[in-house]
Amino acid sequence: MLRVVDFRDVVATLDGWPALAGLTCVVERGEIVHVVGPNGAGKSTFLRACAGLVPVRAGSAEVLGVDLVRDRTGARARIGLLSHANGLYADLTAREHVAFWVRTAGAPGADVDAALHAMDLRGALADRRVGRMSAGERRRTALAVLLARRAELWLLDEPHAGLDAASRDALDATLRRARDAGATVVFASHEAERATVVATRTLRIAGGVAA
Amino acid sequence: MKGGLVWAVAARDLRAEARARVTTNQVLPFAGLVMVTFALALDREEVLQRTAGGLVWLATTFSLFVLVQRAFAIETADRALDALRVAGVDLGRVYLGKSIALMVQLFVLECVLVPVAVVLYRVRVDAPGAVLLVTTMICATTGLALVGTLYGGLTVGGAGRETLLPLLVLPVVAPVLIAATRATESALRSGGAAVSEGWAWVGLLAVFAAAFGIAGTLAFGALVDE
Repeated sequence: MLRVVDFRDVVATLDGWPALAGLTCVVERGEIVHVVGPNGAGKSTFLRACAGLVPVRAGSAEVLGVDLVRDRTGARARIGLLSHANGLYADLTAREHVAFWVRTAGAPGADVDAALHAMDLRGALADRRVGRMSAGERRRTALAVLLARRAELWLLDEPHAGLDAASRDALDATLRRARDAGATVVFASHEAERATVVATRTLRIAGGVAA
Repeated sequence: MKGGLVWAVAARDLRAEARARVTTNQVLPFAGLVMVTFALALDREEVLQRTAGGLVWLATTFSLFVLVQRAFAIETADRALDALRVAGVDLGRVYLGKSIALMVQLFVLECVLVPVAVVLYRVRVDAPGAVLLVTTMICATTGLALVGTLYGGLTVGGAGRETLLPLLVLPVVAPVLIAATRATESALRSGGAAVSEGWAWVGLLAVFAAAFGIAGTLAFGALVDE
């Protein structure tokens, strides 16, 4: 199995504080890994370190075969990160967002309508400005963008937050489809019950190390 | 696709602006008020005719700050710029795209401000002067937009960026203000200036724009990523 994430004794600091204090973990291709841990455990920092947004101060870290210590940005084009913010523009519609991302960072042949339909953004809703959407609809738009980009590694921070039951089911189905298409998914969530439905493995982090 | 990214970013920013209408509903009235206030403050026709070029470019520069703040407010409101960073998108091309969008907005603004100056300050433009004036507008606007976008990226997310931006940008755009004012004075024949005298200033504006275009494209990614 190809290792998509390979962290060995990784230390990463936020404002001088060691948010990751020697984390060792491996994620293999095709896994859907649920990252759990109490608030402040280092879950979000782990996801951001995987995306190369947080520098690795010590240890070794490889993501998609790229050494993050030497090249923090090399793997980014193959990674999709959805954090607490959705990364959307209030005055653009869901369709315009997906079309923009397909044009700028999407995979060849990516289908705007298919991505919108997968997240149940159809009809007038797809053409509604994001600023006039509910929190759940905005989250689904951000997920549709991620879907259209066809990232190899999905990093999701609380992806179920703000979604209704139907949208959560759609998200879980989307994650499974992404996995079946060859992607690897790592997501942090406090919703253990929901997460166990879709995850193939759980990674526990506490105090910046794997528990 | 690489050239496509520049135009996609420019089109996205212009579409967002067309819907929010910040330029038409806020910036344009603001710039108009600046022009009127200058007219009231100076209150002498010969002084206004002599300084018309400078007043147009001062009003444009003040408006630049509002437009740059807006251009980066849409990037930070929901961390959209972070999303571009994380996706490994070439930020140098994002810089060019955002600069083009800003350039278009500034140019539209100037197309209103110049006729306002003609009416309010009672200046005249003949055909050779109009050619020089339009060329000056294009070159100066390009320089202002490139500098504004670069420093907008530098201050994005920083504390007190609203006040920091003018403090950083004004000294840098001083050569643009001076050259654009001199060229516009020649175009309007203020103080007996000849049109031919203005073209050297246009050359300076073009060099400034080219230098900042190259420097900004190279530096923007590193500035935003830190």
